[in-house]
Amino acid sequence: MGQIELKGVTKRFGDVEVIPPLDLHIGEGEFVVFVGPSGCGKSTLLRLIAGLEDVSGGHIEIDGQDATDLPPAKRSLAMVFQSYALYPHMSVRKNIAFPLKMAKADQATIDAKIENAARILNLTDYLHRRPGQLSGGQRQRVAIGRAIVREPAAFLFDEPLSNLDAALRVNMRLEISELHQKLKTTMVYVTHDQVEAMTMADKIVVLHAGVIEQVGSPLELYRSPRNKFVAGFIGSPKMNFVEGPEAAKHNAHTIGIRPEHINVSATEGAWKGTVGVSEHLGSDTFLHVDTEFGLINVRGDGEIDLHSGDSVWLSPDLSQLHKFDAAGLAI
Amino acid sequence: MARKTSNRRKLVMTILAWSVGFVIFFPILWTIILSFKTEGDAIKTPLQVLTSHWTFESYTLVQERSNYFRHFMNSVVISFGSVILALIIGIPSAWAMAFVPGKRTKDVLMWMLSTKMMPAVGVLVPIYLMFRDWGLLDTRTGLIIVLCLMNLPIVIWMLYTYFKEIPSEILEAARMDGAGLRSEILYVLTPMAIPGIASTLLLNVILSWNEAFWTLNLTAAKAAPLTAFIAAYSSPEGLFYAKLSAASTLAIAPILILGWFSQKQLVRGLTFGAVK
Repeated sequence: MGQIELKGVTKRFGDVEVIPPLDLHIGEGEFVVFVGPSGCGKSTLLRLIAGLEDVSGGHIEIDGQDATDLPPAKRSLAMVFQSYALYPHMSVRKNIAFPLKMAKADQATIDAKIENAARILNLTDYLHRRPGQLSGGQRQRVAIGRAIVREPAAFLFDEPLSNLDAALRVNMRLEISELHQKLKTTMVYVTHDQVEAMTMADKIVVLHAGVIEQVGSPLELYRSPRNKFVAGFIGSPKMNFVEGPEAAKHNAHTIGIRPEHINVSATEGAWKGTVGVSEHLGSDTFLHVDTEFGLINVRGDGEIDLHSGDSVWLSPDLSQLHKFDAAGLAI
Repeated sequence: MARKTSNRRKLVMTILAWSVGFVIFFPILWTIILSFKTEGDAIKTPLQVLTSHWTFESYTLVQERSNYFRHFMNSVVISFGSVILALIIGIPSAWAMAFVPGKRTKDVLMWMLSTKMMPAVGVLVPIYLMFRDWGLLDTRTGLIIVLCLMNLPIVIWMLYTYFKEIPSEILEAARMDGAGLRSEILYVLTPMAIPGIASTLLLNVILSWNEAFWTLNLTAAKAAPLTAFIAAYSSPEGLFYAKLSAASTLAIAPILILGWFSQKQLVRGLTFGAVK
């Protein structure tokens, strides 16, 4: 249960094609993250799977059944929205019970499933409250609870953490990952935050302008990005790109090196530069260095005693160098 | 110093507001005063009217001459009936226009509003003839239908404005949760829009209650509501101010009381969703 297959799926809004023909396989029990900049079509793709938007072409299969023309309710998928989309006039209990009520489940089943979901999500003490009386994190848990009780073939998450503050986001990220390990249900998760994608996903789908740029495990994307876009999008801080003669030395149009793969020295190295801004986090030091190739970001472990205005030498780790041709494809 | 000016300004504004309120309310107040006077006293100069003897005579006479309760019941049935019917049609219509708008939705809304700009008398003859042929003249059913049609544009516009404020993600969530169209409207949209629906209901009940053109032209005796009851006292052989005032007071009292107790809802209704 929980296999999703997209075959030549396209979406047009009027004359604008937001998703050109696209194929994708989501395996049973996988945690798949759609990631990309805003407007890349990741939410639209999720809504097409959910059935909240009609496809303009192609087919969607869920567990081998053609679901292209099925209404959302018949696809046995559950969705968690960015704005939580809780029913404000119902208590937490009624919110969670709603999908079961729609499925005409008997009261004993409803009660048992609510108790179970509330226990998993630590909501037992809040069942009588209205959504308006809950914090952001609790609301998000109610939205997840509403999805869990349906025992869907797959969960769809549409940027579920972007309304939460940074600390809560980290907690909820863990909770969702734990939930996936516990339930082992397919999860499709949309985010623009590549850290969320890297930490949660079994498989990341990088989207750009409606096109899948690359599909792979987080480390595959990190180690072997297929093109410049994926290389720049995955990893934080962003990969540094250098063009011109320096790239030509390595037989490439552009070379890319991640900030953590550059060694810093005050005395010797390959590239000379001056520290512009230095950020000292204790665990890491981020240096923004002005060089003859432009701004190069460097990430060093622990504390590096360099400050704005200091001269430095940078040495990229050549074994970690990424090479791209003029079209931006990895060589 | 600034504080002082602001206080004086506040005082002036308060006096001005009360004055405007008093001027607007004055005709109703004068009607109520006249209803407690004899016919002879009612036509005297204002000062003499105020100092003359107070009496319930007009109310007694009005009660003897006509059946207030029957007219009252007709008004209740017709105004609430027409508005509830309009809501039954209006809620799904407004849902469609607010959440699945088409290219022409705005035009449809404008067209509906434009029908309110047409003078009612323009369609009196065709509607009268249809009512005559279908046996709807002087029936509550007939008036419920015609008043429902008259108020439908306002009902749909008001509901549309309220529904627009409801995030569509909540309705999508209901769809994902397995709700069909009926359940979505019944269990999710309607309860969330209760304040909006309540003010739509109230405002339109008041409009229907006070509607006089269709109620006077399409009724005779059986289905005549309170507007016809008042009109019966403006007779061609001369005006009977005291009795007319007593009849008017009796007719407006229920809706005035309803309006007074639901002021908050009404203000929200009249601002058309501008105030969150």
